[in-house]
Amino acid sequence: MAKDNTPTQKPSLFFVNKEKEALFSKKNRALLSDPMDDNNPITVQVLGICSALAITVQLKPAIVMSISVMAVMAASNVIISLLRNLIPNRIRIIVQLVVVAAMVVLVDQILKAFAYDVYKELSIFIGLIITNCIVMGRLEAFALGNGVWKSFLDGIGNAAGYGFILIVVAFLENFLVLENYWVTKLFLMLLMQWVMKTMD
Amino acid sequence: MNRDSNGYTFLFATIMVIVVASSLAYTATSLKSKQDENVRKEQMQNILSTIGIETDRDQAEGRYNEYIKEQLSLVKDGSIDTSVNAFNIKLATETKKPIEQQRFPLYIAEVEEAKYYIVPLRGAGLWDAIWGYIALEDDMTTIKGAVFDHKGETAGLGAEITQQWFQDRFKGEKIYDAQGALVGINVSKTNNDPQDLDKEDHEVDAISGATITGDGVTAMISERLAHYTPYFKQNAMAEEPVIDETESEKVLEEAKEETTIAYQN
Repeated sequence: MAKDNTPTQKPSLFFVNKEKEALFSKKNRALLSDPMDDNNPITVQVLGICSALAITVQLKPAIVMSISVMAVMAASNVIISLLRNLIPNRIRIIVQLVVVAAMVVLVDQILKAFAYDVYKELSIFIGLIITNCIVMGRLEAFALGNGVWKSFLDGIGNAAGYGFILIVVAFLENFLVLENYWVTKLFLMLLMQWVMKTMD
Repeated sequence: MNRDSNGYTFLFATIMVIVVASSLAYTATSLKSKQDENVRKEQMQNILSTIGIETDRDQAEGRYNEYIKEQLSLVKDGSIDTSVNAFNIKLATETKKPIEQQRFPLYIAEVEEAKYYIVPLRGAGLWDAIWGYIALEDDMTTIKGAVFDHKGETAGLGAEITQQWFQDRFKGEKIYDAQGALVGINVSKTNNDPQDLDKEDHEVDAISGATITGDGVTAMISERLAHYTPYFKQNAMAEEPVIDETESEKVLEEAKEETTIAYQN
């Protein structure tokens, strides 16, 4: 019969010759939730520590920083994933760097125009998103080998994992002030790590 | 096409650079007017905050027009150049001109009958430019308030000059000594006056770990104020004609000497 010969679904642009997967299948949900606990970029993978230590002093910058990182990660993951079959292997790190840097400059310009106070407060740290290991790490490890939607979720998930720690530490720090600033930070980071380990 | 060939790599890099550069340039130019507006209103906020008026950004313009009565562009000898709008003078480029062509902006505010003179400052910190505003009371020597800002001073150290507690230390200090010579305010590590009770010593307590930024503030205040001394002397003369011309010249020279010394440090 003619009906049997037609493919059950059209090959989509991004998932060529693959079974169609639900947008929020179990696998895709794991992309979002894993970085929140047992694969957290800060407490488990120990990435992006630098900016995490710097931004967790007050709650508001921590929130804006999280949103900025999320925008940068989601956008650059999507772009790299779209280009993943076009990027020459030898210059892939440079391409990733250019994409991340361009996204960061965009975020910087937009904050300067629409959220000037926050822009002044975060100042150099926005620029330093470029050097945040989480961003480049996810591009190299995930976006180069996965489809657009998955890469988008992965970017959101990892940025959320990063932002979650930032916001919790910044929140706790408002109450808990130990003798030494850095001891406080270290203590809070270790505490978070311990909590996540025991939750598993 | 072979993705590992040199030709493809060059082609990819070229296209990528063109696309990225043009999209960034487009964003930057399309957002420029909004960004400039923010900077302009922040300038108004800063000027107002030296005389103790805190506003949010939306109201800045209205309150600025309410309190700032005059914006003067001063020439080196203290006379007024009416052809230049003082608010638009950018000190960063202005200070690079020869001294005769420079115009020194001065804002005169009136709040409840009291008159304040607000002088914009600009100098060098450790890493990059620092700037601010300093407001003088109508005796033209007592500081009403000061604000400072910076481009790239070290966070937690030099960048602390933007904090209220540091700026509050300047309140009530005097920039001229009893003889009328410009002394400025020394950001000092040997002040021995942590509560800042002595308002006659021309010194405020420095920030630990921010020596060079602090020295930059010291140099900036005496260097900028030296240019306003002729105007202040002339206007003080109108009220109490005691100081003669030669003395004001001497004061200016002394101030210049001090500036050079500050820069050598």
